[in-house]
Amino acid sequence: MSAPARPESLLKLEKLVAALTARGLVTEEEIAARQASTDRASPEIGARMVARAWLDADYRRLLLSDGATAAEQMGVSMAGAPPLGVLEDAPGLHHLVVCTLCSCYPRAVLGYPPHWYKSFEYRARAVREPRAVLAEWGTVLPAGTQVRVVDSTADYRWMVLPMRPAGTEGWSEDQLTAIVTRDVLVGVALPRLPVAVAAE
Amino acid sequence: MSDAPTPAIHDLGGASRYRCSPVERDEAPPDAFGKRVDALRQILAQKGMMTVDELRRGIESIPEADYFTMTYYERWLTSISTLMVEKGVVAPEDLR
Repeated sequence: MSAPARPESLLKLEKLVAALTARGLVTEEEIAARQASTDRASPEIGARMVARAWLDADYRRLLLSDGATAAEQMGVSMAGAPPLGVLEDAPGLHHLVVCTLCSCYPRAVLGYPPHWYKSFEYRARAVREPRAVLAEWGTVLPAGTQVRVVDSTADYRWMVLPMRPAGTEGWSEDQLTAIVTRDVLVGVALPRLPVAVAAE
Repeated sequence: MSDAPTPAIHDLGGASRYRCSPVERDEAPPDAFGKRVDALRQILAQKGMMTVDELRRGIESIPEADYFTMTYYERWLTSISTLMVEKGVVAPEDLR
């Protein structure tokens, strides 16, 4: 349902920008620069934080106690961003993140939220029938696993620290980063080994 | 008549109308319009001209019929425009 904006909305945006520009409040250069910096944020940042936590117990403790500082250690500026909480999966416990009210998301470490995260269906169903939502991603949890659904808000953002999969012993941070997707960080998916590795 | 307050339109957690409706897995990044609105909001926030809570209030006061027909970033633009007019930063005529 990510329909294009209506022509009248495009026109309204340009009128607003023109009025702000005419008053010296905003420039096109600022808009372009801000858009470029927003485009640079990507889930690979959050993925690397997870990979490092799997490899480094001190970093793991930091990540779980103060996600924003852990993000800044990756070179990400968290200035002005809400605190970042990190949810630790464990045997028998799986976390899923949603923003039921709108679209709150740890953008500094995951980039733009995907359209589906902002959709009415995801917002409504994640808290009501989380296992059915997970199944749409092909994610089936072991029997007896508790699903804890956590609401990201305007004042506090969440991401998931999944369990490190078996079969990744001896892997480098880069290799581990590659199996932590955006969907894993939101909790709709679990880290998956590449088929070639899994077959070994 | 029930005295129960009408649920706020944006408060969708658990809303039964979406039960069993699949989540449409649209992975496309925001389009040019969306990215521009997004960048503009960040700049206005950084300059102290609006807050996230003001953005939310603007979105959450969109009438229900419009809320569900607008795109995500159209809701943002509606809120930002309303805020800038309310604060006297721009004039209503500027946006007509």
